[in-house]
Amino acid sequence: MPRTILTVDDSSSVRQMVGFTLREAGYDVIEANDGKDALNKMTGKQINLVITDLNMPNMDGIELIKSIRKNPINKFIPILMLTTESQESKKIEGKQAGATGWIVKPFKQEQLLAVVKKVLG
Amino acid sequence: MEDDSKVFYEETNELIQALEKQILKLEKYPHDIVIIQEVFRLLHTIKGNAGMFGLTGVSDFAHLIESIYNLIRNNQIIINKQIINNSIESVDILNVLLNNGNQVPDIIKFRLDKIKNEFEHLLIQYRISKEKSTVATKSESINKISVKKEDSMSEIHKQAFIEEATELISELEKSLLELEKDKTNKDLISKIFRAMHTIKGSAAMFGFDDISVFTHDIESVYDLIRNSELSVNKNIIDLTLLAVDQISNMLKPDGNGTNENEAVTKQILSSFRDILNNHKVLNALSADEIDAKKISSSNFPKKIYHIFIEPNADIMGNGTNLLSLIKELRDFGESYIKACLDKSINMENINSEKCYTKWQLILKCDKDIDSIKDVFMFVEDDCKLVIKENNDKTLLENDEQFYLFCKTFEEKEFDFNYDINKEIEYFLGGDLFGLGALPKTIKNEVKTPKNTEIEKVSSIRVSSEKLDELVNLVGELVTVQARLSSIANNLSDPNLIAVSEEVERITWSLRDSALNIRMLPIGTLFNKFNRLIRDLSKDLNKEVNLTIEGAETELDKTVIEKLNDPLIHILRNSIDHGIESPEQRLTLNKSEIGEIHLSASQSGGEVLIKISDDGAGLNKDAIKQKAISQGLITEGTELSENELFGLIFQPGFSTAKKVTNVSGRGVGMDVVKKAIELLRGSIEVTSKPNLGTTITLKLPLTLAIIDGLLVDINNSNFILPLSSVEECVELVEKDIENAHGRNFINIRDEIIPYVNLRERFYIEGTKPDIEQVVIASVNNVKCGFVVDKVVGQHQTVLKTLGKVYKKVEGISGATILGDGTVALILDIAKLVEQEITIAKETY
Repeated sequence: MPRTILTVDDSSSVRQMVGFTLREAGYDVIEANDGKDALNKMTGKQINLVITDLNMPNMDGIELIKSIRKNPINKFIPILMLTTESQESKKIEGKQAGATGWIVKPFKQEQLLAVVKKVLG
Repeated sequence: MEDDSKVFYEETNELIQALEKQILKLEKYPHDIVIIQEVFRLLHTIKGNAGMFGLTGVSDFAHLIESIYNLIRNNQIIINKQIINNSIESVDILNVLLNNGNQVPDIIKFRLDKIKNEFEHLLIQYRISKEKSTVATKSESINKISVKKEDSMSEIHKQAFIEEATELISELEKSLLELEKDKTNKDLISKIFRAMHTIKGSAAMFGFDDISVFTHDIESVYDLIRNSELSVNKNIIDLTLLAVDQISNMLKPDGNGTNENEAVTKQILSSFRDILNNHKVLNALSADEIDAKKISSSNFPKKIYHIFIEPNADIMGNGTNLLSLIKELRDFGESYIKACLDKSINMENINSEKCYTKWQLILKCDKDIDSIKDVFMFVEDDCKLVIKENNDKTLLENDEQFYLFCKTFEEKEFDFNYDINKEIEYFLGGDLFGLGALPKTIKNEVKTPKNTEIEKVSSIRVSSEKLDELVNLVGELVTVQARLSSIANNLSDPNLIAVSEEVERITWSLRDSALNIRMLPIGTLFNKFNRLIRDLSKDLNKEVNLTIEGAETELDKTVIEKLNDPLIHILRNSIDHGIESPEQRLTLNKSEIGEIHLSASQSGGEVLIKISDDGAGLNKDAIKQKAISQGLITEGTELSENELFGLIFQPGFSTAKKVTNVSGRGVGMDVVKKAIELLRGSIEVTSKPNLGTTITLKLPLTLAIIDGLLVDINNSNFILPLSSVEECVELVEKDIENAHGRNFINIRDEIIPYVNLRERFYIEGTKPDIEQVVIASVNNVKCGFVVDKVVGQHQTVLKTLGKVYKKVEGISGATILGDGTVALILDIAKLVEQEITIAKETY
């Protein structure tokens, strides 16, 4: 069973690049363009990992992480946030909201896969 | 070798099918790079496979198409309708080529040549245009091409980024102009900040480092504005607009590099930096400093680490999987891992969401301490982590020693205060004498210190003949086992009975798994129809959308294979007669595009396949008229809806006014019915005028095993398929008298005809006083079968009859019972049909 990863980002090119990399590595990928969209797409599906951007319209990444953790079903889903070097404080905020880890943009495809492997085991 | 080539054909067939699916997808989403990549990959695999098996025809042709898709995925030629259409046709040709070996049959030679020509033409055109451009800008383009080849992948992503950034820029401009009018609008400010942020982040990722650096400071300014530490003024807006123009300049492939451009960039940047400087918040952390962090060298001498991890109890609450982190460490080198459970916890109060375990690891690897810390980068704050490394003096010489050293930890308690250096020193000193005198068993053990993980094989290919043989043997085994059981029961020896019960249990699970192997998801068949629908709707100038549901439903391989033709017939009919033309549909207030829904689901031991369309529905009057004119019914015959719809399955029956090359000749639906009945299935039709028709096929899960009702007539055994049996009742003298010599029985005020099997099969002997009637339902018609005795349910392996008896009507096969006697399996549908014809002839 390939594992399913939900990627959330309002930038379609980042989404495309992340999606391509993960699909190439054999994961199933669902894409969402903001927090609200992500929550909608999560319902009723078995998601193994969420990778979310932090700055997004409608519902930002922190809010999304909080909402995901609120649902007892998703309590243990690993969540990775995409951050930039300048967002050190966001990292802590995200961690407190329940994120598992982070990936610092810009990243290379190998780096992404290494982190995904780290949290998915 | 035989087997190999068979597997090759099967695999290549699957590849070609997958290719077809992808190309059809591509038709819908022509610029989806993932699909293009997939098409390319499939073609590449087909080419490789065919080359290996000497099918040069296939491999050459695949190679040609592959080159086209290679250009497409590198954005060197643009995909168009013609390429897609040709690709679809190529799939057919590949199929034919594959099945004909190296020979090119005449029928496709023309098509093959045409497509070859067109594709080759495309390639030549591309080469010419490339040459032209190289001549024009000689030295420059050579450099560029070599760069392009290096990472053509990121080129495509780059293209996507440029498109997205252009969109963002136009949005930015709009927001900026609005901001100029409404300088305190928070929404606008955060919108601009976000757009800048996205451009910055993505730019760095796709190699536009200059843009990323450039936008960084602008973003910082807007971050300040967002946090109300700075207010918007005309200067800032003007500067930003300038910057936005500059970004779009930088996006152009030849935009950067010119001195003029760089000067502008620097100027804008310094203006923004001035703003920031004035505010004295310029972050000291510049991009260069971050880059200065060096990554450790991998040629690090081996070290031994002693790692203690004591996670917080609720560490799992944020999705952390500690085991995967420990696995990551284990992959670094030799390791010893010990999990220690908190002894104070009470099992009764345990909370499964909390972590009560702590670990200690001894790890020998060539990584430095930072890379080990990196493993825990996400959990640093969530657990107590102590990493100790040994110094050079106390190095264990080899794996053997390391292993023995680790062994000494088995009895030790978890303690952060261990000193790895002391431990090793102690170990080396204390064991100086013991090392040589080790018992052999331990030494052997030492050689495999780590558990070697065996790669899991997810699936293997076996030829279907081998499977058939296996199922056949299992069938024999089931029969023999039944005999064993009956003998054991007769002898009533407890030991024998125990053994026979054990054999029975194993036999049944063996049978179940053997049958399971033959099960395939019906999706493999359904997916083929996408293409059929596309071609047919094109031919008939109709627009049809096919939706598929329950593709994962599993059915016996043979059943799936035999379903292909009937389903094609039904789908053809749906498109040709069911779905109306787009204009007609519009006048009927329906969507222009017709819907055909194909679904499969399992219910009990049967699989239901539904084909429904939202077309015109069956025309009852037309069917009736046609039936009358063909002499199937007379003018006055009153028919139920069910019987009326049943007429469409009569041979030669078609209400179509004109014959198309798709359907209308009246050959088809009767074939469908025959094929489904051969599969021991049944068909049901429901239809509403202008709402559509639904055809439901009921099929048994498997053909090899039949769940039957065993009955007895004068000590001969017969089996009726249990799936059609509805109930069993007694036939008493009174019922026969009431029917006045006709074969009817009244059950709960329903008159049901019956077949007296004793008479039907000319079985001699006296009938019992009370006979039994088994009521079965065939194609929605209820019918009874009179027998002497109902013995019970019997699950049995179906055996076909020998050549001589194969054509006996009313018998579909035979089976061997536990005591070795033969029971015939009745073909209920056939029996009922025969009875109807006999009845018609008599009256």
